[in-house]
Amino acid sequence: MEWEPVIGLEIHVQLLTRSKIFSGASTAYGAPPNTQACAIDLGMPGTLPVLNEAAVRLAVKFGLAVEAEIARRSVFARKNYFYPDLPKGYQISQYELPVVGKGHLTIHLDGREKRIGITRAHLEEDAGKSLHEDFHGLTGIDLNRAGTPLLEIVSEPDLRSPEEAVAYMKKLHQLVVWLGISDGNMQEGSFRCDANVSVRPKGETKFGTRTEIKNVNSFRFVERAIQFEIERQIQVLESGGTVVQETRLYDAERDETRPMRTKEEAFDYRYFPDPDLLPLVIGEDFIEQVRRELPELPEARYHRFIEQYGLKPYDAEVLTATRPLSDYFEAVVREAACDPKLCANWVMVELSGALNRAGLEIDRSPVSAERLAGLLRRIADGTISGKIAKQVFELMWDSGKDADTLIEEKGLKQITDAGAIEKIIDEILEANPKQVAQYRAGKEKLFGFFVGQVMKATQGKANPQQVNALLKEKLQGGG
Amino acid sequence: MSLTLEQVKQIAYLARIGIDDEDAGRYTHDLSSILEFVAQMNTVDTETIEPMAHPLDLPQRLRPDEVTEENQREKFLAVAPAVENGLYLVPKVIE
Repeated sequence: MEWEPVIGLEIHVQLLTRSKIFSGASTAYGAPPNTQACAIDLGMPGTLPVLNEAAVRLAVKFGLAVEAEIARRSVFARKNYFYPDLPKGYQISQYELPVVGKGHLTIHLDGREKRIGITRAHLEEDAGKSLHEDFHGLTGIDLNRAGTPLLEIVSEPDLRSPEEAVAYMKKLHQLVVWLGISDGNMQEGSFRCDANVSVRPKGETKFGTRTEIKNVNSFRFVERAIQFEIERQIQVLESGGTVVQETRLYDAERDETRPMRTKEEAFDYRYFPDPDLLPLVIGEDFIEQVRRELPELPEARYHRFIEQYGLKPYDAEVLTATRPLSDYFEAVVREAACDPKLCANWVMVELSGALNRAGLEIDRSPVSAERLAGLLRRIADGTISGKIAKQVFELMWDSGKDADTLIEEKGLKQITDAGAIEKIIDEILEANPKQVAQYRAGKEKLFGFFVGQVMKATQGKANPQQVNALLKEKLQGGG
Repeated sequence: MSLTLEQVKQIAYLARIGIDDEDAGRYTHDLSSILEFVAQMNTVDTETIEPMAHPLDLPQRLRPDEVTEENQREKFLAVAPAVENGLYLVPKVIE
């Protein structure tokens, strides 16, 4: 039987605020344990939560970016459970009335586009961290993270393969970082993914029983965990068994998922509206203000790059991977005022390659967009060839000097004087009579040899088009 | 609607409240009466009424995103039963 996987993702995004969602404690990462956990975060008696305006603003920003309905009135609820890293015995979250309603995100996969539904996104507070290293048989608790604002983004079960799930996750990651909602740092837990996975016979419209895979924190592991889970469920069903609805953990080392809890303590979070918080009311003016702050979105910029600059979809995709990269590319195009495809190639190949090798992000590039544009202008106006330009680029990277200075200093200017090139060609033909005779006798492969000799004689500076044309003329002329 | 003894014990477990069997029987009766009272209210037609999230008819005030809390870790640690290296210690939790 052919099986169809059905996947939905719940992604927790840590919002980029200075202070916590309900208290004025700092959210900075990496502080000594419990130095950023105040009385409110600890759930001390007599404290009251007060909602952070920036957390609301960032949630609305996300909602607008995925064309979702923004709830004019939403409610905070208590999700009750006991765990030592949750000091109050409940997590403040949103349940029936989340701040962001139905929206969507478009993913690109193998040249296809697919629109993935977003069910909702709600604001909530993060829990602390349990450290299970041995403290004389006890567990250590660090509550610095308790109360950090999270946006939980829930997708519709629209994903049909591990590849689609990862494409969606990457697209969402790109968007939240692009919008400046989150730093997206996966090692630090700013972007965490739970996956709901089920399978059904192809053509069936009802969903199968799903399992939830908790807390998978890299794109690669999400893909592998879902792949494993799909295969496991198919195996269970094909051998006549039934899938049990449960929470499973992915073990990257053994590349498998395992049930998380076997004890039959059915989860019952007993959600109810938090009496400490009034309903969140968001006005039109607030929403309009956030809308005006929205940058051009990655999807829009992708389509614009294709239309405005004639880029191939793949190139447009690569160049809009991050906002700084796409800004850099546009700055190069603007400054260089030459073929955008030439600019695209240089940013994607030479610049990105050098950045990768140096382990640098684009905003730390030693060669600025203006400098790179200066180099490309010299290719465009024929001062240097593409090959020499690569040399100049390396020199720019190391020296911090601009292209014109380096071309001048190193004498790299292209030889475009037809007379000078002709003279060199004559010398080479004279020095290699045997090859000339062979060429004229039909061994045309030797053409490359002559080009090579001319380039060698000019240290690569002769204009290649002129060399080709003049060589052809001379070789044929004599025959 | 009336609760079973098992349900009452489950509710007590979820709330981490220890109750003995004798009390559980009494709670079953008392809680069931409360639910019966709620069931009576359920007969009222509330179709057109927006559920109330809070008895105060006011919107939530928002706080500017500023760090206003200072580190008071030592004071908080001082009232905890067990601490080490700035961490609160609790009985071992195993996933």
